[in-house]
Amino acid sequence: MRPLVKMSGITVQFGGVSILRHANLEVQAGEIHALLGENGAGKSSLMKVLAGDYPKTAGTIEIDGERVEYNTPHGAIAHGISMIHQELQLAPHLTVAENVFLGREVPSGRLGWLPNKREMRQRTAAFLRDLAPDIGPDERVGQLGIAKQQMVAIVKALSAGARVLIMDESTTALTDAEVKRLFQALNDLKARGVAVIFITHRLEEVLEMADRATVMRDGETVATVPVKDVDMDRLIQLMVGRQVHDVFPKAKTTRGAEGLRVEHLTRHGVLDDISFTAYRGEVLGLAGLMGAGRTELMRAIFGADPMDGGQVYVNGNRVSIRHCGDAISAGIAYLTEDRKGNGLAVGLDVTTNLTLPVLHRIARFGVPNLGKAEQITRQYVDELSIKVHRLTDRVNILSGGNQQKIMLAKWLATGAEVYLLDEPTRGIDVQTKVEVYELINQLTAAGKTVIMTSSYLPELLAMSDRFIVLCEGRVTAELSREEATPEKLIYHASQYRATQTTGR
Amino acid sequence: MEPQAVTQPVRVKPYSRTIRRAAERLAPFLFLIVIGIVLSILSPYFLTVRNLLTVLLQMSIIGIIAVGETFVMLTAGIDLSVGSVVGLAGVLSTLLMVQLHWPVWPAVFAGILAGAVVGCLNGVLITTTKLPPFIATLGMMSVARGLALILTGGVAIFNVPEGFNWLGGGHVLGIPVPVYFLAAVTVFGAFVLNRTLLGQYAFAIGSNPETARLSGIRIAKYLVCIYTIQGLLAGLGGVIQASRIVTGQPTAGLGYELDVIAACVIGGTSLFGGEGTVLGAIIGAALMELIRNGADLLNISAFWQDVIIGIIIWVAVAWDGYRRRVLNR
Repeated sequence: MRPLVKMSGITVQFGGVSILRHANLEVQAGEIHALLGENGAGKSSLMKVLAGDYPKTAGTIEIDGERVEYNTPHGAIAHGISMIHQELQLAPHLTVAENVFLGREVPSGRLGWLPNKREMRQRTAAFLRDLAPDIGPDERVGQLGIAKQQMVAIVKALSAGARVLIMDESTTALTDAEVKRLFQALNDLKARGVAVIFITHRLEEVLEMADRATVMRDGETVATVPVKDVDMDRLIQLMVGRQVHDVFPKAKTTRGAEGLRVEHLTRHGVLDDISFTAYRGEVLGLAGLMGAGRTELMRAIFGADPMDGGQVYVNGNRVSIRHCGDAISAGIAYLTEDRKGNGLAVGLDVTTNLTLPVLHRIARFGVPNLGKAEQITRQYVDELSIKVHRLTDRVNILSGGNQQKIMLAKWLATGAEVYLLDEPTRGIDVQTKVEVYELINQLTAAGKTVIMTSSYLPELLAMSDRFIVLCEGRVTAELSREEATPEKLIYHASQYRATQTTGR
Repeated sequence: MEPQAVTQPVRVKPYSRTIRRAAERLAPFLFLIVIGIVLSILSPYFLTVRNLLTVLLQMSIIGIIAVGETFVMLTAGIDLSVGSVVGLAGVLSTLLMVQLHWPVWPAVFAGILAGAVVGCLNGVLITTTKLPPFIATLGMMSVARGLALILTGGVAIFNVPEGFNWLGGGHVLGIPVPVYFLAAVTVFGAFVLNRTLLGQYAFAIGSNPETARLSGIRIAKYLVCIYTIQGLLAGLGGVIQASRIVTGQPTAGLGYELDVIAACVIGGTSLFGGEGTVLGAIIGAALMELIRNGADLLNISAFWQDVIIGIIIWVAVAWDGYRRRVLNR
């Protein structure tokens, strides 16, 4: 049978970095096709090419056997391809019908410049009758729940003539019941001959729903398999597949006394009764998929978000953390994943950024010793070989790697005992990455406690001495370095529903 | 402008950058000097000690309040209530003197304190209700002005004791007293901004509040502090104003907030926070006063003065934006 969509040899490069390398994808009409892969494998990028969001560097797209060229979302929609984004692009103040026909309102017969509201309502209602009978065309979109909004987005795509529907992580925000409803609707669409491409992290959903699955890894499509022929283990194996290369200078560590103990940490709807212990001289790896609660856990421990319950102990002593300042005084440091968003004040100079958490310690009567601040900065700039012209340079003129080092130095300067490192090597060059790994080694050698997380599994596996796995805000497994394999981590990171106790 | 500054940010030539920075910083100051030179050529009276002292006296109240506004704007906030605080503080202190027969100095302090209380309320409103500073202080502008009118029943308070006039009308060593206050506030403001935790944190909060919070800074505490200082300075401006006209005028300071904000932005303080200097605000206030003074000397109508000042605001802020977008990448 001729595929409805055929993508061949799709390559995408941004400034010399290949995001996709000769990726191929064939999707049949009336099929639900799952697209799988780890974080950063290229699933979203491939779909963005199909939806006209990303320009492709090489490769071809055929729709119904005909080669097509477009490079805008509009072009894609004209060929019947619609993407339902994770962030639904709807106007919350308009009604369902107005949203469905937004930008292509049906003109009324006599007064061509006025929209024909009745016609639009009726056509919207017809779609809703089949797919979501509980939504009325006159309801305001902003008052609908997320699941219903998603339906509106789907109806909008269908009414615009979509034959290929791309669903990007559509189930992440839904409850079990809502997921069932969505799947029903998707099965209806399938019966109408619509092709659904489904990006997900949840392997159970793939096994339950999809007809075929394509697995991506490092920007390449590795395999396309009929789902009825595979099981979860096989899928995981395909997703992970690679050998971990030895670019990680992991040092041998010896476990010391208890460093950070967290008991029953709860943050309603985000973190559910989390307990674990990290030891001095050791790196505890925090594994989990996107949205599992890794960043949220670190933020809660650090006092950046309020806890609803639970205790934190540093080096065996109970600490009470109501805001970040308490955490810093208790000897906790938090390296955020978002340098520009909340890690640095990029409009300010190197010294100010590097000494921000310690400035009050070198102050008398509210007047900090700025000479001392400069001395501290100079010391860390030399120690971590941060390349800056002068300490009064603004941070935003520095490279990502140097910015990352300033962020690390900022926390080293606090003399913390416990380091929470959220994506410590995100967006920096390989050279700097290795420097960051060595720094982590130095920290453990000095008897500090390090907890790190990374979306890049090989890095996490190589640098951690022990792992806890998070899924949907709960700890699903605790593994030693010897026990941990990529397969096991992904297995525990995606077993969410079987044991889920709290409904959202 | 070096194109490679965008692609290879680390390799910008250090000297040109330093010179450029200095030129940017000094731009309002250079403009001030140019205006001064032009005016001294056009009017023989301009460059006399007497006239320059008048300029300083005239700008003193706006200048004092602009120092506080600089702190507020650094945190990406704004205080629109300062004009009303000027009215309220002046009314309150004169009222205490005239009706309750308070001695001069306690009454003056009470006026200043009232300003601080209003400022503190602004800060508490902003940090607890999460109202945008613009809205919180817009409301306070109305509330404070209303209170000033209620206290006086809408009529000015006359027959203020003789001794009160010294604050705004007296001279020490031939220099008007308000000019000393301006100088003291400027020096103190510059010290606080550049040398204290409060000043450093104001920069951090304005530049990236989330980063500041995650660095352990109690943002609410410092914001309340900054708005209180601003209220206090507006209160000081208010009693000086009342003293100058020897009257408690409930409508005093009407529209001052706009002059104060104009002084700050002309002096290079960014409306988006994280950037600004005390000296810049003073230069901005001086620039506006020079234009007014020069226009008076040259017999240009007061209406044209407003037009000129409006244009200067445009140019100053456009320059600020250009500097951010192009030069400082």
